[in-house]
Amino acid sequence: MSKIPVTYKRTDLQSDQEVKWCPGCGDYTILASVQNFMAEMGISKEKIVFVSGIGCAARFPYYMNTYGVHSIHGRAPAVATGVSVSNPDLSVWVVSGDGDALSIGGNHLIHALRKNVNIKILMFNNQIYGLTKGQYSPTSEEGKKTKSSPFGSVEMPLNPMSLAIGAEATFVARSIDMDRDLTAGILEEAKNHKGSAFVEIYQNCNVFNDKAFEQLTNKETKLANRINLVHGEKTVFGEDGHKAVVIRNGIAQIVDTKDVDESEIYVHNIHEENPSIAFSLSRLSHGPYGPTPLGVFRKVQRDTFTEEVHGQIDMAKEQKGEGELDKLIRSLGTWDVS
Amino acid sequence: MSTENKTVESIPAITIRFAGDSGDGMQLVGTRFTDTSAVFGNDLATLPAFPAEIRAPQGTIAGVSSFQVQIADFDILTPGDNPDVLVAMNPAALKAHLHDLAPNGMLILNEDAFEEKNITKAGYKVDPRESGELDGYRVFQVPMEKLTKEALEEFDLPGRAVLRSKNMVALGLISWTFNRPLEDTENWINDKFSKLPEIAKANIKALKTGYNFGITVEAFHHTYVVEKAALPAGEYTNINGNIGLSWGLIAAAKKANLDLFYGSYPITPASDILHELSKHKNFNVITFQAEDEIAAAAASVGASFTGKLAVTGTSGPGLALKSETISLALSAELPLVIVNVQRGGPSTGLPTKPEQSDLMFALYGRHGESPLPVVAAKSPSHAFYAAYEASRIALKYMTPVILLSDNYVATGSEPWNLPNTEELNELETNIITKLNTEDGFLPFLRNVDTFARPWALPGTPGLEYRVGGLEKEEGTGNVSYDAANHQYMTDMRAWKVSNIANDIDKLEIHGDESADTLVLGWGSTYGGITQAVNRLNEKGVKVASAHFVHLNPFPDNTLEVISKFKKVIIPELNTGQLLKLVREAFLVDARGINKVSGEPFTAQELTDKIEAIINE
Repeated sequence: MSKIPVTYKRTDLQSDQEVKWCPGCGDYTILASVQNFMAEMGISKEKIVFVSGIGCAARFPYYMNTYGVHSIHGRAPAVATGVSVSNPDLSVWVVSGDGDALSIGGNHLIHALRKNVNIKILMFNNQIYGLTKGQYSPTSEEGKKTKSSPFGSVEMPLNPMSLAIGAEATFVARSIDMDRDLTAGILEEAKNHKGSAFVEIYQNCNVFNDKAFEQLTNKETKLANRINLVHGEKTVFGEDGHKAVVIRNGIAQIVDTKDVDESEIYVHNIHEENPSIAFSLSRLSHGPYGPTPLGVFRKVQRDTFTEEVHGQIDMAKEQKGEGELDKLIRSLGTWDVS
Repeated sequence: MSTENKTVESIPAITIRFAGDSGDGMQLVGTRFTDTSAVFGNDLATLPAFPAEIRAPQGTIAGVSSFQVQIADFDILTPGDNPDVLVAMNPAALKAHLHDLAPNGMLILNEDAFEEKNITKAGYKVDPRESGELDGYRVFQVPMEKLTKEALEEFDLPGRAVLRSKNMVALGLISWTFNRPLEDTENWINDKFSKLPEIAKANIKALKTGYNFGITVEAFHHTYVVEKAALPAGEYTNINGNIGLSWGLIAAAKKANLDLFYGSYPITPASDILHELSKHKNFNVITFQAEDEIAAAAASVGASFTGKLAVTGTSGPGLALKSETISLALSAELPLVIVNVQRGGPSTGLPTKPEQSDLMFALYGRHGESPLPVVAAKSPSHAFYAAYEASRIALKYMTPVILLSDNYVATGSEPWNLPNTEELNELETNIITKLNTEDGFLPFLRNVDTFARPWALPGTPGLEYRVGGLEKEEGTGNVSYDAANHQYMTDMRAWKVSNIANDIDKLEIHGDESADTLVLGWGSTYGGITQAVNRLNEKGVKVASAHFVHLNPFPDNTLEVISKFKKVIIPELNTGQLLKLVREAFLVDARGINKVSGEPFTAQELTDKIEAIINE
């Protein structure tokens, strides 16, 4: 990849297509955050590929002046795997939603994460099906009344952070649409990460699930409910840091800061190999209700699928030499007829 | 060794079937005998048949595995009809296969396996050797297990391992009876067990024991030889369809100057393509064993987007799962080859048996108006060329292409007269590296001859574009819901495919062109149909045949060919799928010969049925 830093204006990353999300949709903010970030990411735009599935979020590639595939429902991680492993020089980004990634595409998501394919997955979680006009999603809270659950959803929602950590993801993070700085910081970390990155972005659907994340965005409540995970820092939150996270018997708990010795307060370490603490942090909330961790949960190094596949190809070429057709078709033994 | 009393009878052809428990190593014995005969110079064709279960209960009919091979001193096209020789390693194998054995056929039994327990397990009420049902066959009882145990006494091997070598005794005996040298198999054994020299020695001893049994026992002194076949001059290898197909893909990638990407999920009988391709990474082949069939297809679409020769392989049920993704490739107009090694269906069906029942599914098994080219392999060696042709069309026309094989082509083998690889045509692609208009890049501005759109690859500056499954505007490729545009694009996608008819081999007539009857086929029935037509022509019955490699579009002379004949007969291993297509496309009152028993047609069966229709 070219080492010459490439910088663009945000408009260079905008395609000529009119953005067609509903007015007020959280997707606009995320699109702006991504375009701003990519303008300064240092990668030329012909090397960037956006891959999406189906859903509101999946229209994202049409608005980026990069290469893009708007594929089919749930399959974006699989399509992106094919893109990434075919051309390791590319910077491959998946844009997905909670229904796309966790419901119809759940299988592809976990396998892309497990394999550590060099793709960055941005999952916009609005806890609702938007494009199909308002059915409950795999992240909708139990009891959620929607068109397809008039008496309330009876389903236990998924916790995307727990799922990703359980699926052996090497990079797991959560942001929220309104917090552009947090999103930009996480995108930067994701870009620099070798392997698959899973980024959940809470995204407000003002039409079908308005204010789902209000506890984390409302001026009056956000301080009390945002647990900002910062590598190397003590995990305290709330007004004047009066709340803290401690790990007791391996389980993350929220305590009053004044009740514990300062040394007991959890100092966040994104590089911890053992995923148990990151997992436990993900269990502090099961959705954006009450104190909820935001930021990078986990970032560890592991060989990537993309590199390993090409490593084997290089090794085969070294050992056997570049493949020759004439040798191949004779490899099972031949005889002559004259 | 003494061969004084040996008489050698020369025969033009022989069909031998080896049958035993799935753990008895019958596939191996068959393959070894085949390879030895190939090197000797016979023409040949094989038909392996095995249960879907890896180890079905021992001694039962369900667990019987078999391998049939026909060797001949002339050009043959099928693995033979009724075997002339049946080797049955146990009562179940006898019960499962005796009904196929030709009258007065040679029946070699492993007599040690005919204990009461096994006889009952096979479903016999009385010992078939005593019931009279073997009358009319030449029965040879050989104590294979006893011979094996005695021969391998000197080796320090556990009892089970010793008995595993009994298949080598059988192979040795057959090698004696048909005058085949052992050297080739000895070399193979030494190579295979190079790290286990004791096992190698034991197997060679067992092989020689079987051979020597033939020398010693007078009953085997009448032996047979099938002389070399007068095949066209050339260098030959013995190839099965899965390997031929794999190599065809590698060759196509090489000749298109692209790398090959193969996405697949393990499924019988297509898995061997994945196995074969994963061996050849030094051809820059990427094999991707996906989490499921859908991902295998989806990753292949991703690979195609970046400029690979992308291929996804499967069998029937897997094709159903890939259907939605194939439509995406079709709509995005990306090249993709989809291999379907057909097996018996519906659902899990008969995973290890051949059937041609996915033809309609290949043509029409997608939502929306979604025509795509379909190519079918007609024999194991032809699978190489069919794969090459499917790749050519996909790349030249920017379209998914379905390549049909089936279990009969995939696992059967035949000698292949190797091509001069330099003479394989270079394959064109639509890769574009510069703007195609002064105002910018139009990803759906088509080639005026092929209607193919340009293939812009990520990494190419200035050609950044987005493509997906939503309807695209002609030229710009932008999402469009415009009514006239959708009509146009739907028509365009159909024209693009039907236009390929001008760019494929014409339908050729085989046999008696002056006949009134044409036998029309596709895929793996090629050998059976051709042999049947040859037999009828030799008898003086006027009949011709033609065989489709391209099922969509049909070659542009198809109507002309069909119009020359009064009667059209279409044999298929389905309930009449090509029949419906031909009747619809050419308004001809064609007749079907149809079979869905999980077995291929035999040449004799087709000969009889075709003749009966001619004589009506």
